[in-house]
Amino acid sequence: MKKQMMIKGSVAALVAAGVLATAAYASGSLTVVSWGGAYQEAQRNTIFKPYADKTGAAVKEEEYTGEIAKIRAMVESGTVSWDVISVDTPTALQGCDEGVLEELDYSRIVDKSKILPGAALDCAIGSDVYATIFAYNTTKFQEGPKTIADFFDLEKFPGKRGMQKNPMNNLEWALIADGVEKDKVYEVLGTPEGVDRAFAKLDTIKSQVVWWEAGAQPPQWLADGEVVMSTAWNGRIANAIKEGAPLQIVWDAQAPDLDMWAIAKGTPNIDAAYDFIAFASTPEVQSALAPSIPYGPTHLDAVALVEPELAKTLPTHPDNLALAYPFSAEFWGDNMEELRARLNTWLAQ
Amino acid sequence: MLNLPPYASPLERLWRVALILLCAMVLLYLISPIIAIMPLSFNSEPYFTYPMPGLSMRWYEDFFTDPRWLDALKSSLIIAISATALSMVLGTLAALGLAKANFPYRAWVMAFLISPMIVPVVITAVGMYFFFANLGLNNTYFGIILAHTALATPFVVITVTATLIGFDQSLNRAGASLGAPPLTVFRKITLPLILPGMISGALFAFITSFDEVVVVLFIASPDQRTLPRQMFSGIREQISPTITAAATMLVLTAAAMLVTVELLRRRSERLRGIRS
Amino acid sequence: MSVTTFDLVQSSLKARLRRAERMQRLRAGLLVLPLFLFVLLVFLVPIVILMTRAVDNPEIADNLPRTIEALAEWDGTDLPGEPVFAAFAEDLRETQKTKNTGLVGKRLNYEISGARSKSLQAGRAAEKMESGPYKEAFLALDPLWGKTETWSAIKRAGSPTTSFYLLKAVDLQWSPAGEIEQVPPDQRLFVDIFIRTLGISTLVTLATLLLGFPLAYILATLPPRHSNILLIFVLLPFWTSLLVRTTAWVVVLQTEGPINNLLLWLGLTDEPLQLIFSRFGTVVAMTHIQLPFTLLPIYSVMKTISPSYVRAARSLGAGPFRAFWTVYFPQTVPGIAAGCLLTFILCLGYYITPALVGGPSDQMISYFVALYTNRELNWGQASALGAVLLCATLILYAVYNRLVGIDKMKLG
Repeated sequence: MKKQMMIKGSVAALVAAGVLATAAYASGSLTVVSWGGAYQEAQRNTIFKPYADKTGAAVKEEEYTGEIAKIRAMVESGTVSWDVISVDTPTALQGCDEGVLEELDYSRIVDKSKILPGAALDCAIGSDVYATIFAYNTTKFQEGPKTIADFFDLEKFPGKRGMQKNPMNNLEWALIADGVEKDKVYEVLGTPEGVDRAFAKLDTIKSQVVWWEAGAQPPQWLADGEVVMSTAWNGRIANAIKEGAPLQIVWDAQAPDLDMWAIAKGTPNIDAAYDFIAFASTPEVQSALAPSIPYGPTHLDAVALVEPELAKTLPTHPDNLALAYPFSAEFWGDNMEELRARLNTWLAQ
Repeated sequence: MLNLPPYASPLERLWRVALILLCAMVLLYLISPIIAIMPLSFNSEPYFTYPMPGLSMRWYEDFFTDPRWLDALKSSLIIAISATALSMVLGTLAALGLAKANFPYRAWVMAFLISPMIVPVVITAVGMYFFFANLGLNNTYFGIILAHTALATPFVVITVTATLIGFDQSLNRAGASLGAPPLTVFRKITLPLILPGMISGALFAFITSFDEVVVVLFIASPDQRTLPRQMFSGIREQISPTITAAATMLVLTAAAMLVTVELLRRRSERLRGIRS
Repeated sequence: MSVTTFDLVQSSLKARLRRAERMQRLRAGLLVLPLFLFVLLVFLVPIVILMTRAVDNPEIADNLPRTIEALAEWDGTDLPGEPVFAAFAEDLRETQKTKNTGLVGKRLNYEISGARSKSLQAGRAAEKMESGPYKEAFLALDPLWGKTETWSAIKRAGSPTTSFYLLKAVDLQWSPAGEIEQVPPDQRLFVDIFIRTLGISTLVTLATLLLGFPLAYILATLPPRHSNILLIFVLLPFWTSLLVRTTAWVVVLQTEGPINNLLLWLGLTDEPLQLIFSRFGTVVAMTHIQLPFTLLPIYSVMKTISPSYVRAARSLGAGPFRAFWTVYFPQTVPGIAAGCLLTFILCLGYYITPALVGGPSDQMISYFVALYTNRELNWGQASALGAVLLCATLILYAVYNRLVGIDKMKLG
């Protein structure tokens, strides 16, 4: 008797759990995945909320730190829960090669000729131009670092540094700081000796490096005094400065790249995903982002709408662009997996 | 306070004082980090550092107005309550069975049923992630509830078994020989005695599921984002003091549960005559 | 005659008793069965699947079937002939279509560093190759395809099961000559990480014992109304979410956090110490979380020790320390064993706390299981590392079961 009661109870519990589960699962909404922190907040205010207001569709947000593996794991295991994903260019290229991103049908998004050259890829469309730079806390130095070589100079500029837990940009910077010319970086990095040389340079500061994964960490660490200087994305630092943090951006050897919208292969919400990307790619929506975070638009009509004062803070301003090294997304599309595995081994040793 | 026998030497007294001082420091170590973050949740500025420039309730306001935190709370409650109910039924039944005399291979069966508590949770989580992918259970509430039930049931088994130790089976037989049907025996004799253990077990199960983050990291989608998952990404990805507000509320919940379990344990021991 | 009746009655009574006992066992079994099946399905099956992944090796076998077939004849001394290269070109054209070239390259890259980008390059080139000779075309493309080691690696990686990941989990590999050898020094990693995991676990266990033993002693010897209040201090952290406690340590250990503030203010240090993202921080936070697990079993053993033993020893002339060491302490050993073993076992599997409080060189084995699952997407390696960790845990669990007994485990 009591057993029966218990069994009935357990069946009821299972059924109840199942009902709850399906009820919650059926409420499918568009999931947009981005990079968290100040960037996602700017996107929330200028893209997600206006889109939700306009269409009445719920936008569910998720944050990640740029791992293509998460996308691939979902696609391979057939449980795609991300619809629209903000990726960088190397990830867009690699994801397209490996078949984890949908090939885009531009007729459903925007006139391709209106997009910056190089920003309309097969599987992703550029949403904004950002840069990876380094920044320092101005209260920690009388005279701050000026070049990427200073970043690697522990004698002149002692203290902890923040770096992204990612080989991209870090290896290039190590080589530039080691004396390689900016436009020869990939020639050197393309050889095993060049990779060894970059890691050897990183070895010289390894003990002083704290590794970040999320873009929100560098401004927080810089402001808290956790590190004295850090690599970062320019918009995160610019917004922290706006909030009163004593930080300074160094544009030397900046690495400009694109944030891009991509669609996870096999998402059940593909129509909503296209609808969202089309909305986000209109010049009006694009030009609203830069005032919230200094990332430049990719739609040519939106480029014209940016205020000249604001334009100076963008990675694409000629003064800033002159200092950049020629970042190669193609190199990383092919070599990311190998070099990241090497970096992770190097880190754990 | 020193509680020493009258024949204690001065050196012994000194040792005792040193010991008490050491223990005071250990207690401080145990409690101070938990206490330290509570005031920070009332900080008027978005920093985690002392001294605080001013007081405000803004992070609590943030918590109760931000849909992401509220959704996380809702998901956590759905999952924890379902997993608790399920593990209560499975765990109590098993504990009753294991308490019967000469249960075959009792030690091995028990060791197997408890093992989800011992096996590193990353291994469990990755295994479930591969297995559930085949069944379409990843990214569903149902999958997480099953996973959490597996992790939480050992606690129910242990607590209910503990109340059954020293349980006099002849009480049941006496009830039956006086003509009570099995269900009445269970309701009138067994249940009141194991009830404190069941409630403690339920609280343990609840808190196990409510705190769990590793399995959720692997098998949940944004739709089932739980409170600990939200806090985890908060610390790693988007650092905001709302975390300290959430943490403070969780500490208070834990304190309430702790008091409940302590009261129940004493009641159970009194009922079974272990301690008067 | 009366004797026979008695025998009959006795034997039927025996049979009835036996049947009753069988029924009871059956009923007890039925009560346990639902949970047993549940744990089997939801917990054991996933772990078995994980273990099989450690030897599973589908990437090359599934995607380069023609190449593997052509290589079957090859003896491994000279470079393979045109048929192998032709098969390779055809396989690559296929993988370009299925977008699996990256996967093939990734698997080869485990064996030969740098093979992933070369495979992607070869895949793109193969699409453009109209006809043979393919051998020349590949040799011209990259020297990698002109090495015999490359082809023996492809052949080795082409078998449907592999010991590669399990060997790699202990820093070993097959040499081209077919012998087991250590991996090159710059790739050695996992043995160090296992040692690190054991080291951190030992350190934390010792720290919990050192701090927990005196506290348990005081709690056990104080009158209940005092000890019950102090016990709350031990149990509150125990009930507080692990994530909350880890968050608390992240806040407290920050470079400009409360501890550093205090040290600077006291003049004990001139500049803030690196407490967070360090081994020190990891051990401090883990000790904080594990302390109740070590303390509670010791405490419950101590509560059962009657003070009259020590009193007897004292009255027989033993000094206070001798009485403690030879009479009291030996009686606490079962509690110490239970608490320390449990803490050690639980420490081995730590993931969240080191991930949030530690730096890259403080991560334990669970972190790498997660890293290889989520980030590297090298599920074979994740599973192999998991298998080694699981073995270590299960051995210690069996010891625990033997020494302490699982039903003695107490909560709160």
